[in-house]
Amino acid sequence: MFTSLLIFLPIAGALFVWIVPWPTARAAGGAALLVALAELVIWVNRALNFDYASAGLQDEASHSWFSDLGVSYAVGLYDFSLWLVGLTVVVTTAAIAYGFWTGRERMGVYLGLLLFLEGATVGVFAAQDLLLFYVFWEAMMIPLYILIGVWGGAGRMGATIKFVVYTLAGSLLMLVSVIALGLSAGTFDMTEIGQSDSTWIFLGFAAAFAVKAPIWPFHGWLPDTYRESPPEVAAILSGVISKAATYGFLRIGLVFFPAVVDDWRTPVLVLATIGLIYGSLLAFRAPDIRGVIAYSSLAQMNLIVIGLFAVNDSGISGALLQMVTHGLVSASLFLLAGAVERRAATGNLVLLGGMARGRPVLATALITTGVIALAVPGSSAFAGEFLILNGIFTRGWGWAVAGAVAIVLAAMYMLRLISAVLHKDPGSAVTDAALDLRPAEISVIVPLVAVLLALSFWPAAITDHAFGGKPEGTVSSQFEATP
Amino acid sequence: MTKFPTPSIDWGALSPELILLGGATLCLLVPLFLPHGWRRHFCAFVSILSFLGAGAAAIALFQMDDTGTAIVADAVRRDRLAELAQVMIAGSGLLTVGVSYAYVLRERMGEYYSLLLTAAAGMCFFVAANDLMTMFLGLEWFSISLYILCAIAIEEVASLEAGLKYLIVGSFGSAILLFGSAFVYGATGVIGFEDIAAASEDGDQLFLVTGLAMIIVGLGFKASAAPFHMWTPDVYQGAPTPVTAFMSAATKIAALVLTMRLLVTAFPSQENLWTISLAVIVCISLAWGNLGALVQTDVKRMLAYSSISHAGFLLMPIAVGTPLGGRALMYYLISYAAMSIGSFAIVAARERELARPVTLEGMAGMGWERPGMGAAMTLFMFGFIGLPPAGLFIGKFYAFSAAVDRGWAWLAVVGAIATVVSIYYYLGVVRAMYFQPAIRVAPAGGSPPRELALGTSVLLAVVVTIGTFIGAQPLLDIATDSVSFLPFPH
Repeated sequence: MFTSLLIFLPIAGALFVWIVPWPTARAAGGAALLVALAELVIWVNRALNFDYASAGLQDEASHSWFSDLGVSYAVGLYDFSLWLVGLTVVVTTAAIAYGFWTGRERMGVYLGLLLFLEGATVGVFAAQDLLLFYVFWEAMMIPLYILIGVWGGAGRMGATIKFVVYTLAGSLLMLVSVIALGLSAGTFDMTEIGQSDSTWIFLGFAAAFAVKAPIWPFHGWLPDTYRESPPEVAAILSGVISKAATYGFLRIGLVFFPAVVDDWRTPVLVLATIGLIYGSLLAFRAPDIRGVIAYSSLAQMNLIVIGLFAVNDSGISGALLQMVTHGLVSASLFLLAGAVERRAATGNLVLLGGMARGRPVLATALITTGVIALAVPGSSAFAGEFLILNGIFTRGWGWAVAGAVAIVLAAMYMLRLISAVLHKDPGSAVTDAALDLRPAEISVIVPLVAVLLALSFWPAAITDHAFGGKPEGTVSSQFEATP
Repeated sequence: MTKFPTPSIDWGALSPELILLGGATLCLLVPLFLPHGWRRHFCAFVSILSFLGAGAAAIALFQMDDTGTAIVADAVRRDRLAELAQVMIAGSGLLTVGVSYAYVLRERMGEYYSLLLTAAAGMCFFVAANDLMTMFLGLEWFSISLYILCAIAIEEVASLEAGLKYLIVGSFGSAILLFGSAFVYGATGVIGFEDIAAASEDGDQLFLVTGLAMIIVGLGFKASAAPFHMWTPDVYQGAPTPVTAFMSAATKIAALVLTMRLLVTAFPSQENLWTISLAVIVCISLAWGNLGALVQTDVKRMLAYSSISHAGFLLMPIAVGTPLGGRALMYYLISYAAMSIGSFAIVAARERELARPVTLEGMAGMGWERPGMGAAMTLFMFGFIGLPPAGLFIGKFYAFSAAVDRGWAWLAVVGAIATVVSIYYYLGVVRAMYFQPAIRVAPAGGSPPRELALGTSVLLAVVVTIGTFIGAQPLLDIATDSVSFLPFPH
């Protein structure tokens, strides 16, 4: 009941915003913002009343859709999916608020699309039927395509086509796998499908997840897409949509294909480690703010994949914590990048600099987020990365060393970004007319940073409230091969 | 003198055809006695009533018939497969009337509508064919009507050219079909579908197989499956857009339903041959249709290539020869027909706005100028790719499932790759409508015309497209019923 509400409230809200002839763009935007806030309230209420002691599915709803192949509308939330839904709801609300304050052309359509995207993403995290999962997965792509294509930057035409072809090429292979897995199991209900040891079916799913996350070398769409998107959309893309892929690895890859995951661990870890180092190095060399955030996002997603493929308590818990943390970090960073670009009309680091002077709020927000992003001890990113490295250490110390090197690189690129934007001499694009963050922007970015700080103080809010919240040894037991 | 035996005729079973023919007669004769201004309204009204009546009659028959029976001396089959196809054809005709309503044909209004009704009647007859003779009769009946419809805008060279091309290539296809039928008759000595199946063991296998191959080729022409598709882009582009809309939906329904019926009923023992040859045709159609569509700038021509690729997707479930495949075909056709007519309707609307053929550039800015049309076109384009919330998504899912179920996962992978290719050109339309700055449309008489009839057709198409997605179960039940008695080889 609550799950369906969380999925369909934003979608209904989107239709409402589109169809009603609003007198002004502000009115349409305000309606969209109200819907997003209502969704947030529902989620908070749900999170407070969730039974974290049980590892089972909660709030499930199920209706037969077409019975001959055993496809149904089945949704429900596990405790770990609840956190990812929470990430979606928080980031989308921030994005909608940001879009509302900055004022976009055709505001109603724009914010409606963001709401629709929110509903589809929640659907991905909540679906308990393979075909329904696929439906929501594809439904995420339609609003993203239009959002980037209409409101994106100058290079949006090339960026959208690259984005769509990459994503759909992966996900159509997943469709074949969905069919093959569902038909061989005799049902598409994800709670009833047993384990499979078919490598081909696993690879079909992995193709979709590897493109969406993305794992190196399937990231060709990422730099252009993150650069050309409006900042709010980039925030959602890197903060939330990429997590759908790692969620897929967790919920489908690890649960249905434990034996295949075991066989394919080394190749996947090799690719992910290359992606981690490669992304970090490129982030260090990227010429603009968005480039730094985009490539750091690539690196972080590969780190999360490393944690998942450790397939043990520490790795999986760390991956989940890191998914939420990175989602919040990269959303905040993209919104801050948007704020900087609005002031300087460029994101080129050579033209920026010296923005800290006279702009204390911007400086504080950027430094706080950046410091959390580089995983300073005590931050939630540190907790997540520590758990991931701890988990992967048991699979071989080499992986952990590579991961630790990447953390050093993260410090390098983040500090470079902070100093290039805030410190040094004022760049040619930074004029005195560029003001500090406005109250509207503060009202969006400060809450995001506050959530991050809260998570840094209490990372156990997530790690102790996921996978049934049980002690050592039980997390991975849900994902182990039955002998 | 021996008395020639007249068969007993089940008039009730023929009622859809008879209603349509009655409407055609009215459309042809009555407008002669009406003032000019009334003719269009009268013809459209009669056509709507006829299509509704034919659809209602087919639905009633569907309700009555649990099992199929052969009627009229076994020449025609009265069963749910034919009746479901007739409902779809009548529905396509109904939507086409909305698209045609504002189409300007000064003197030939009556002829246009009566030919439309006649073509639909021919298709209704064709899908019920139960022997080679009725099959050929039905095929020529609707084909000849369509040849004239394609050329009906005689002031336009493109339309005449389309009609002529369709006539020549179509007749070629018909001739091959007829030749193949003669071979099959020669091999078995019978023309009834079930009789062929019974006699095929003893018949001359060389003749029989040659005949089968030629029949597949002939039907492939009508379904515009590659490599028998050569006429499709030219004819779809040149024919008046409402006619294209009708052909793209109704001809496909008729040709594919009959292909399935014929192959499954008459050639079960040659199953190992036709399943694999259809699979090859599927692959060629998917490759050719999608690659051809990539480079098109004219929207109608692009949609023509898209229809070739969908012929591939639609033949996929026939090729596997299973009940699941039959169900997939019938379900796929429902949403495909609605989306196809809907998208051509929007092209027709744009064509009337611009008063010139619609290219991709001509679509620029349409999404913002006409939000309803733009949203519908976006739905259709995403739907053709096979994305939710269009019923085609489930159609494609079933078609792929049928292939995987048969053990032909490779065919589903080919379909998936073809779909990836198709993204580029389908989204090209969306890109033009929303991402590009609007072209300055300066129609002579102020704002572009808003057509209620056409808008209604588009709305109905949207309702069917989304309705088939949400209400998949009842439609799948109907599709299951319609093919339940066919003797599938697997």
